[in-house]
Amino acid sequence: MTDTATIVPPASTAATPLPPLAEAPPAAETKPESNSIFRHARYVMAENPVTGLAFVLFALIAVLALIGPYIVPHDPLASDTAVSLQAPTWEHWFGTDQLGRDIFSRVVVATRLDFIIAISSVALVFVLGGFAGIAAGFFGGWTDRLVSRLADTIMAFPLFVLAMGIVAALGNTVTNIVIATAIINFPLYVRVARAEANVRREAGFVQAARLSGNGDFRILLAHILPNIMPIMMVQISLTMGYAILNAAGLSFIGLGVKPPTPEWGIMVAEGAANIISGEWWIALFPGAALMIAVFTFNLLGDGLRDLVDPQRRT
Amino acid sequence: MLATLGRRLVTVIPTLIGVVIVTFLLTRVLPGDPAVYFAGPAATPQSIADIRKSLGLDKPLPEQFARYVNDLAHGNFGNSLSTGRPVATEITSRLPASAELTLLGLILSLVIAVPLGILAAVKQGSWIDHTCRIVATAGVSLPVFFTGLLLVYVFYYQLGWSPAPIGRLDAFATAPPDITGFYLIDSLVTGNLETFRASFSQLILPAGTLAIFSLAPIARMTRASMLAVLASEFVRTARASGLDDRTVIITYAFRNAMLPVVTTLGMVFSFLLGANVLVEKVFAWPGIGSYAVEALLQSDFAPVQGFVLAMAVLYVALNLLIDMLYGVIDPRVRLEG
Amino acid sequence: MKRRQFLKSTAAVAAGAAISAPTIFSAEAQSRKETLLLVTENGPNNLDIHGVGTNRPGYEASWNCYDRLVTHSTKTLPDGSLSYDRDKFVPELAEDMNIGDMSVTFKLKKNAKFQDGTPVTAKDVKWSYDRSIGVGGFPRVQMKAGSLEKPEQFVAVDDSTFRVDFLKKNRLTVPDLAVIVPGIYNSALLKSKASEKDPWALEYTKSNTAGSGAYKVTSWKPGVETVYERNDAWVGGKMPQLKKVIWRTIPSSGNRRALMERGDADISFDLPAKDFTEMKKGTKLKLISNPIGNGMYSLELNVVKPPFNNPKVREAIAYAIPYQKIIDAAMFGHAMPLFGGKSNDVTETVWPQPTGYKYDLAKAKALMAESGAGPIESVISFDLGDAVSSEPMAVLIQESLAEIGIKLAINKVPGANWRSNMAKKEMPMMVNFFSGWLDYPEYFFFWCYSGQNAIFNTPSYVDKGMDAFIDGAYAAAAIGEKEKYAANVKGFISKAYHDVPRVPLFQPFLNVATQENISGYQYWFHRQVDYRKLVKA
Repeated sequence: MTDTATIVPPASTAATPLPPLAEAPPAAETKPESNSIFRHARYVMAENPVTGLAFVLFALIAVLALIGPYIVPHDPLASDTAVSLQAPTWEHWFGTDQLGRDIFSRVVVATRLDFIIAISSVALVFVLGGFAGIAAGFFGGWTDRLVSRLADTIMAFPLFVLAMGIVAALGNTVTNIVIATAIINFPLYVRVARAEANVRREAGFVQAARLSGNGDFRILLAHILPNIMPIMMVQISLTMGYAILNAAGLSFIGLGVKPPTPEWGIMVAEGAANIISGEWWIALFPGAALMIAVFTFNLLGDGLRDLVDPQRRT
Repeated sequence: MLATLGRRLVTVIPTLIGVVIVTFLLTRVLPGDPAVYFAGPAATPQSIADIRKSLGLDKPLPEQFARYVNDLAHGNFGNSLSTGRPVATEITSRLPASAELTLLGLILSLVIAVPLGILAAVKQGSWIDHTCRIVATAGVSLPVFFTGLLLVYVFYYQLGWSPAPIGRLDAFATAPPDITGFYLIDSLVTGNLETFRASFSQLILPAGTLAIFSLAPIARMTRASMLAVLASEFVRTARASGLDDRTVIITYAFRNAMLPVVTTLGMVFSFLLGANVLVEKVFAWPGIGSYAVEALLQSDFAPVQGFVLAMAVLYVALNLLIDMLYGVIDPRVRLEG
Repeated sequence: MKRRQFLKSTAAVAAGAAISAPTIFSAEAQSRKETLLLVTENGPNNLDIHGVGTNRPGYEASWNCYDRLVTHSTKTLPDGSLSYDRDKFVPELAEDMNIGDMSVTFKLKKNAKFQDGTPVTAKDVKWSYDRSIGVGGFPRVQMKAGSLEKPEQFVAVDDSTFRVDFLKKNRLTVPDLAVIVPGIYNSALLKSKASEKDPWALEYTKSNTAGSGAYKVTSWKPGVETVYERNDAWVGGKMPQLKKVIWRTIPSSGNRRALMERGDADISFDLPAKDFTEMKKGTKLKLISNPIGNGMYSLELNVVKPPFNNPKVREAIAYAIPYQKIIDAAMFGHAMPLFGGKSNDVTETVWPQPTGYKYDLAKAKALMAESGAGPIESVISFDLGDAVSSEPMAVLIQESLAEIGIKLAINKVPGANWRSNMAKKEMPMMVNFFSGWLDYPEYFFFWCYSGQNAIFNTPSYVDKGMDAFIDGAYAAAAIGEKEKYAANVKGFISKAYHDVPRVPLFQPFLNVATQENISGYQYWFHRQVDYRKLVKA
C-alpha cells in the first residue's frame, strides 16, 4: 500500500493544494561537503535507531539478492518427494514444501526476484510518472491538464482490480507484473512530482538557469529533477514495498509469477492453504521474509525523509 | 459554492469518460473467449460462432462500444454471463456487503490509528513513538490475504472465539429485512438484537483484517498532522496562556489536526473498496469484490465493467464530497478555491 | 457447538418475540436436524443443465430438482461405500420400462406431479426431450452419444405412455436416458414463460426449478448460497429425510476444512487429496472416497504440430515421466496408478487400466536419440482452476523432461481461457483430466480419440484405424456380440497406448468428508451430490 500520508492533501490534482503542512524550501543544494552529509546521516540514525536498523536490513537484502543463488545449500528447483512437507530440520532449515524442495534455498533465491520486481517497478514508475509530473507542474496549461486527467482516470480505478486486469490481459510474467504495478502507482508519482515542480517553477535558480540560456528540457532534467529527488526517494522506497505486496496479492488469485520460480508472494499464497493442516513453515518463512523486506522499505522511506528534509517528518 | 461544485463536476466528467473507455478496452483485451466458455463441452466451431453471435461479440469493436455506451446511458449495465442476472441488480445487491465491511474496517482502524498517531506525536521521539510506528508499519507489511488467513487460523480454528468464516451470516440464521442492506443497521432498526450480534461477530475478523491493513497511513497522517499543529503558533499561545496539556491537545490541536486526516480517509476508503477483493475471497464474503474477481477470471466482461464503473463513480463522488466538506470546515480553502 | 446452540435458541426466542414474522422467517421453524449444510468451492451459475454454459455445480441442482424416467439402483462397494450401479436401472418417473427391438416404452407413474401441482404427462416428457436436443450445445451432444438425435424419436403415445424409437442400435441409448440431461420439465409452466426469442424458457429455468424432483430451489444467490426445500409430493423414490439443504460456496479449501473439523458444516464435497489423506490419519469425520469412473489425468500432446507429432518423441516422454513421484507429491499417494502394467498390448477390457510405460530415463534418452529430434523447447499448460493438483504435476514433469532434452515453460491458464485454448487446439502439451458419464470404454474413446475431433480430443488425434476399432466396439455392443466387442476394445486401448497421443498418469478419487451423523452418500457418475438418499441422524 502506498503511503498516502506523503501526499499533500486534497484529493484532486485539479484543486490548488492547501498550504502544505510544511512548505519545503528548495532542497539541499549544499556544497558537496561529504563530511557534513555523513555527519548528518550519523546524527539522524543515532536519533532514530529504527532508521539505522532499516538501512542495515536494506543492505542485507541487497547483498542476498546479489549472492543468494550462490550460497544456498540446495537447488531451489530440485524436487525430492521422499522428504516432502517436512518441518524444519538441520538438513532443511526452513523445512520442505509439497514437492520436497528446500524452503530456505527458495526463500533466499527469491530475494533476487522480489528485489528485481521492487526495483524495476519503481524505476519504471519513477521515469514515467516523475517525468510526466514535473512536465505537468513546470509547463502547466495543456500538458498539465492532460497528465492530470490521465492520473485521475487511473486513480479512479479500483487499483488492485486494474492490476489484475492488466496481468490477465497481458499474461502473468514478471515483466507484466512490473508494468501493472508501475501503472497503478503512476498517479501518485505524477502528483508528488507535479506539486514539487509547480512550487519550484518560479524559483530563483530556475530563472537564473533560463537566463543562462538553458532550454526547457534541460532545466527540467538538470535542475528541477535533482531538486525533487529527495522527496521522490521517500515515495520510491514505499512503492518498493508495495510492489512486492502487489505481486503476492496477484499470486493469491493465480496471476502471479510462473511456477516453479521461487518468489515470496507466490510461496505465501501457496503455503496459505497449508496453515490449517498445520504445515506452518511453508507460508511462515516466505511471509516473514516478505514482511521484513516491506517493513524495511517502509522504514527506509521514513529514514530518508528524516535525512533529507527533517521538516517533513511524519 | 455552487459554482465551485459546477466547476468540479466539469473536471470530473473527462475522468469518467476515460474510465469507461479504458474498462471497455481492457475487458476486450482479456484473453479467453466467453463464446467458447459458454459453448461448453459441445464446442464445435459452429456452436461457438452461434453463441458469439447471440452475445453480440461478432460485431466490430467500435460498434460494440457504441452499443455499450448506449446501454449505459439507459442504466443498463448488461448481464453477467456466469450468473445470468443483470449486472446492475447484482452490484446493488452486493454493494452493501462490501460497503458495510469496508466501513467497519475503517472505523476500527480509526479507533486504533488516531489515538496511536496522537500519542506518537505528543511523545515524539520517545520509544512510544517508535513502537507506534513499528506496529502501524507491521500491519501494512504483510499481504492482506495472509493476515486474513492467519486470523482465521488463530481465532476460529485454534481458539474458537470467532464464528466460522462462512460469509455475512451463519447458514442457519436469517437475514434482517432489506432496508439499507447493512445487516448491522437493519437488524438494529428492526430490534432484532440476535441477528445484530450474529452479523457483528461474522464481521469482526474480515473487518479486523482490513483495519490492520489501513492502520499505517491513518496513523502516520494523524501523527504528521498533529506534529505540525502542535508546532503552530496558536498552540504555543494556548500553552503560554496556561491551559493544561489535555485541553490543548484535545480541544485545540486535535480538531485542527483532523482535517488532513479526513482527506486521507477518502483515499483510504476507496483504496480499501478495491483491495477488499482479497479479503472477500478469504472470508467467502458476498461482496462486489469477489463478484468482480470471479467474473474477471471467467472473461465475463459485463460485471467487471460494471464493478469498475461503480467504483470509479463512488471514488469520484467521495472525493467531491470530501473537497466540499473541506471547504465547509476550513474557510481558507473556500477563499482560495 | 455450545455457542452455536445458544445463538440458535435465543434466535428462536427472538423470532417468536419479533413484532412481525414474515414467511421468510419460516426457516427458524425448521428443525436443525432435518437441514443439511453442504460446502464446496464453487456453486451453480445456472440451475438448469439445458442452459447455456451451465457449470458442473449447476448439474447438481438439475439432478436433485428434476426427475428422469429411470435411474440407477445402488450397490455397495467392497469398502462399504455406496455407488450407483451402472448396469441396473430402476424406475423414477416411469413405473415400467419395456425395451423392444428398436424402441423402448415407458409407463409413467400415475400420481406423478410437478412441484406446482400439475400432473406429469407424456406430453411433458416429449417436450422435455425435444428441449434437450432443441437447445443445442452440450445437452444435444450428450443426447447424441446415445443416438437420441431427432424429435421424431420421442413419441407421447398417450397421457401416461411414452416411447423412444431408436435411430440405430446403440448400447448407450438406455443409459443415456438416465443421465442428467433428459430431465422432465413442467412444459405447461415453461410454455407460459417462453417467448419468441426464448422458446424453451431458458431464462426462467436459469433461476427457477420447474420439475417434479425431490427438491426445489427456494433461494439462489449465485456465488454465495443455494437453498433447497423438499418436495413432499415426490413420487420418484423413497421420500428423503432432509427437509432442507443449504449449499454454501466457500472458496478457501482451508476454511472448508476448518468448518468441517469444528462441526460447523455437514458435508464438504470434492476435497483435495491432501486434505483427505491428512484427515484420514485422525478425525472423527466420515471420509468417503471413490475412484472416478471412466476418468483419468493424462499428459496430452498435440500430435499434428511439431515437436510432438514425432511418435518416438512421445514414446520417449512416456518413459521420462516420474509417475510415482507425481502420485505421491500431487495426490499424496491417493490415486490409482495408470502406469507400470505388463505391456501396452492389453489383455483386458477394463478401463482405465495401466499402460506398459514406467519411469525409465535411460530408455527415454535412447528413444529421443532414435527420434532424430534435437533439443526441444515447448510449453506445458494446465487449467488454473485445477492448480492444486495440476501444478505439482507440471513442475515434476518439467523437471524430468529437462533431463531428456525437452525444456518446458509452465503456463497456468485461467478458467475461460482454458476452454478457448482447448477449442483452438494449439497447446502443444497439457495436463488434463477427463471423465465420461457413461462408464464404458468406447464412450471415453468416442470423446477423446475419435476422428470427430471433439473439443476433448485435445491431441487432435485422428486415425482411421482407431475409428475402426471404436465404431466396431459400438456396433458389437449394440447387438451383444461380446467377443467382437472385447477384441475391438482391446484393439483401441492398445493402439492408444502405442501411439500415445496422451500419456495416462493416474485415475483420481472423488473425496467427501461428512460429519459422523450423516449417512447415505453415494457415488454417482456425474460426480455431484445426490441429496435424496442422505440421512442426518
